[in-house]
Amino acid sequence: MPKLPELVCPAGSLPALKTAIDHGADAVYMGLKNETNARNFAGLNFDEKSATAGIRYAHDKGRKVLMAINTFAQGVDISRWQRAVDQAADLGVDAVILADLGLMDYASRRHPNLRLHMSVQSSATNYEAVNLARDLFGVQRAVLPRVLTLDQVGHVIRHTDVEIEVFGFGSLCVMVEGRCLLSSYATGESPNTHGVCSPAKFVRWEQNGNTTSARLNDILIDQYGQNEPAGYPTLCKGRFEVQGDTYYALEEPTSLNVLEMLPQIIDIGVSAIKVEGRQRSPAYVAQVAKTLREAIDTAGREMQRFSVKPAWQAALGKLAEGQQQTLGAYNRPWK
Amino acid sequence: MRVPDITLPPIIASIASKLPATPPTLALVTALNQLVKRGVLPAEMELLAGKRFEVDVLDAGIKLRFAADEARFSVDQSTQAPDLRFAANLADLARMMLREEDPDTLFFNRKLVIEGDTELGLIVKNLLDSVDWSDTPLARFMAV
Ligand code: SF4
Repeated sequence: MPKLPELVCPAGSLPALKTAIDHGADAVYMGLKNETNARNFAGLNFDEKSATAGIRYAHDKGRKVLMAINTFAQGVDISRWQRAVDQAADLGVDAVILADLGLMDYASRRHPNLRLHMSVQSSATNYEAVNLARDLFGVQRAVLPRVLTLDQVGHVIRHTDVEIEVFGFGSLCVMVEGRCLLSSYATGESPNTHGVCSPAKFVRWEQNGNTTSARLNDILIDQYGQNEPAGYPTLCKGRFEVQGDTYYALEEPTSLNVLEMLPQIIDIGVSAIKVEGRQRSPAYVAQVAKTLREAIDTAGREMQRFSVKPAWQAALGKLAEGQQQTLGAYNRPWK
Repeated sequence: MRVPDITLPPIIASIASKLPATPPTLALVTALNQLVKRGVLPAEMELLAGKRFEVDVLDAGIKLRFAADEARFSVDQSTQAPDLRFAANLADLARMMLREEDPDTLFFNRKLVIEGDTELGLIVKNLLDSVDWSDTPLARFMAV
């Protein structure tokens, strides 16, 4: 049987972490309760106590914990980001997921034994970038942005000994990852600056009869009629009027789902498959982890004979934002 | 044990809406205060203080209105609009509380209405998610 990719699941809270592990995650990733990670949401994430408990729980079961410190250190005072790295090392995480080159430099000097993963936010799309990060900072894994085709992912893998992680399921952040400023345009805050796209304090949902209007800092992003599936009011997924037509001018709200491609993903030697959604609840984590665990194991056993079970598709489909699923860039014909 | 897919018949709503909502609300705030006191609900009460909440059980015709201060939850007797309102049918609320279903999933599928202060909604959602039921006698009721 080929070597299976690790299943890396999101944990926004201690119960989500435990649930992910109980349902078959090989590793979980988490963040601290501040702007050092890209899901800096009120009430989400870990403090010292819950992080310690989570890491112990995972390690007792032989699983790994990765700490995302994946925003870009802002302004004159970057000590908060450095402290987060120190804290991760002290807590005994299995790796930190970093985006900022300065922070990678800090981590590699200060904690030479701490394993470094390059975040998707770094936007490394080619093996030269990945190898440079390895040579400079000893990066051992890179998470590729969701803009490459599967062929292109394979090309990167063939030219590096750095482990490659790809996204397997979850809401899509469609713009050139790590460089999108749409949210700043509407609210002054965006993922790379404040760790959150379209912060909740700017979001208002208004109910008018059966219609729900979603506003971001008063800008109308979308309206959902009765029974029309809703989404997060991020600018990229809004419906806008362009030359008299109102439609998803930037991108349809879809979710990534790679079930169909699992044998190829295994075949080209992907080291880890990541699930998006640290902002989601334990119920989501349970359902995704369980489904992907089964699917990855089955794909590894059956390879060419593998076919996606309708029950898996149904389970993931229900959880998806926008009720539409896509293989994303992975199966685009471009070269 | 999964929550069955049922909607209460309209007659229930029309009867229940005529009954005083105080007893179920009182039961809810008492339970919440117990959980906070025992440290099960890791509530940062400063974030909730001064806010009014409404949980609207649509098919049961019951509105639970309560408020928070720095120390505890109480029944909200005022007529002021809530800062945060959740509305859903009983079965979906139960699924959410028992962690069978993720609130985002229900929201995407238009089975849960969230209105008012969205950030406060997120705080409440994340608060409920962070409760480690395995430490409590309720553990066996929870789906995860
Ligand atoms: S606006 Fe869309 S593409 Fe841009 S960061 Fe937010 S989710 Fe991603």
